[in-house]
Amino acid sequence: MSAPAHIAPSKDAIANRAIALATRGLSMSFGSLVVARDIDLNLPVGARYALIGPNGAGKTTLINMMTGMLAPNSGQIFLGDEAITHLEPQDRVRRGLARTFQINTLFAGLNPLEAVTLAVIERRGIAGTFWQNIAMHREAIEEAHGILVKLRLGDCCYQPTRELPYGRQRLLEIALALATKPKVLLLDEPAAGVPQDESGDIFEVVASLSDDLTLLFIEHDMHVVFRFASHIIVLVGGAVFAQGTPAEIAADTGVREVYLGKRKHG
Amino acid sequence: MPASAAPSTPQQYLQSLSRWHPIEIAFWLATLTPFLLFPTYLSLASQIAVAALFALSLDLILGYAGIVSLGHAAFFGIGAYTAGLFSKFVWGEPLSGLLVATAMAALVGYASSFIVARFRHLTLIMITLGLGLLLAEAANSAGWLTGGSDGLQGVDIWPLLGLFKFDLYGTTAYAYSLSVLFVVFLMARRLINSPFGLALRGIRENWVRMPAIGADSRSHIRKVYTISAGVAGIAGAVIAQTTSTVSLEALSFERSADVLVMLVLGGAGRLYGGLVGAAIFMIARDQFSGIAPQFWYFWIGILLIAVVMLLPNGILGGLSKILARWRGR
Repeated sequence: MSAPAHIAPSKDAIANRAIALATRGLSMSFGSLVVARDIDLNLPVGARYALIGPNGAGKTTLINMMTGMLAPNSGQIFLGDEAITHLEPQDRVRRGLARTFQINTLFAGLNPLEAVTLAVIERRGIAGTFWQNIAMHREAIEEAHGILVKLRLGDCCYQPTRELPYGRQRLLEIALALATKPKVLLLDEPAAGVPQDESGDIFEVVASLSDDLTLLFIEHDMHVVFRFASHIIVLVGGAVFAQGTPAEIAADTGVREVYLGKRKHG
Repeated sequence: MPASAAPSTPQQYLQSLSRWHPIEIAFWLATLTPFLLFPTYLSLASQIAVAALFALSLDLILGYAGIVSLGHAAFFGIGAYTAGLFSKFVWGEPLSGLLVATAMAALVGYASSFIVARFRHLTLIMITLGLGLLLAEAANSAGWLTGGSDGLQGVDIWPLLGLFKFDLYGTTAYAYSLSVLFVVFLMARRLINSPFGLALRGIRENWVRMPAIGADSRSHIRKVYTISAGVAGIAGAVIAQTTSTVSLEALSFERSADVLVMLVLGGAGRLYGGLVGAAIFMIARDQFSGIAPQFWYFWIGILLIAVVMLLPNGILGGLSKILARWRGR
């Protein structure tokens, strides 16, 4: 058997870069159910991490703790050099930590242009302006439109969100997060519920994002994981079971036994 | 989409959303007809304008930010008593009284907004209800100031602009309340089409997502609650000034409930909903109470149930749906 948690000594150049997001000893439990067990992570700038693990391994919980939607019982979270463990969610977003949601969490009655413009004006600090027509803020509107075009949503940006096809709504999830100009982006199953032939499109969009952006994504489809991730973290029972490059994870017998061999996803 | 031709840029599209529609112009022209066609109903018309103002203030928080309040009469009453007391103890000039009353209501609104912004749903409804009841009881026991259940005596309002007396026919009263309504409406319309208006719609559409795009919803809610309280104070001040009386009824739970009914009847979140709802409610009350004074809430009850069941977005929501379907043909 392999060690329960081993940190792969990666020789990848990325490992020498500055750390964008780190956790130290992150632990949390709901009553007697432990959902996070002493999680230590270092995400270098520009890395693309896949977070995998069986259902109930605590993947979404980890993202919720990182973004401030859940408070860990102990441990610390750092964005760059700054400890953000006790910041409000919106203050973490303003410092460059954005996320998307596994279940669409969109503004159903707004259209994509309005929704992304909203995220842009919040970032620019003009969302409290109530004496000017929004059309006066041309730069913000054009920035929002640019993001939508980049995410292939330009042709449906005037349509109410609730009328958009599901795959488009998944892209809008990402567009909203990008409008906050994140340094680190956490994607919770970006292609969840999308037919397999379309999920590739979503990950193509994800892969085309700037190299400076640090990514962590939860995904069940191993083809997608091995294609798009530069690193993989395996979470089992709330603890980091293994992490390393895709090749290292594929070669890890422990991971194969516990996770890849037993369960088939996607 | 309102524009017939596709807008060429996103900016022009957003601009087009706030363009004046011919129906809006017709609506405001129609508000002038009482002067010519129903000169005996000008007092009622003035009361409708005040109710519309009050409903507009509730629409800002309920229709746009999704904050349900059952105690909004608190700010109406503060505006009314402030305007009344101002005329009694300072002077009777109406416009300065209006400003002072607005400021007072907004100030109390701002203070309570710190509590309101922390809660949602049933808790929030109960808190607003509790604050409203608290204030009504405080006004009742402070008889030395408010006149208690006898109402405030000695309200004396000078002629508007030094020229127009508030007479028995209600001509000045309606001209005054309609002008105030129109000016406040213009400001509310601007607010709705502003960046802040978009943020409010964001809160209404998805409260959970707001922090995830870096938005501080609580500060937005504090701001809109303060503005809404100020507008409710304007409505209260206008009723005090045009009728030269203030009674405890201005702070009553019934007034908070009535304004909610008006807004739901007309359609929340569409700016004109409160205006149309107020007109229907007030005219219905006037007509039905002529038939059977004790019985008129029965009809309002039936109307309310019918509208809520058949037209979830109020009368205006239903009309715009029918219009959209008719255009689609």
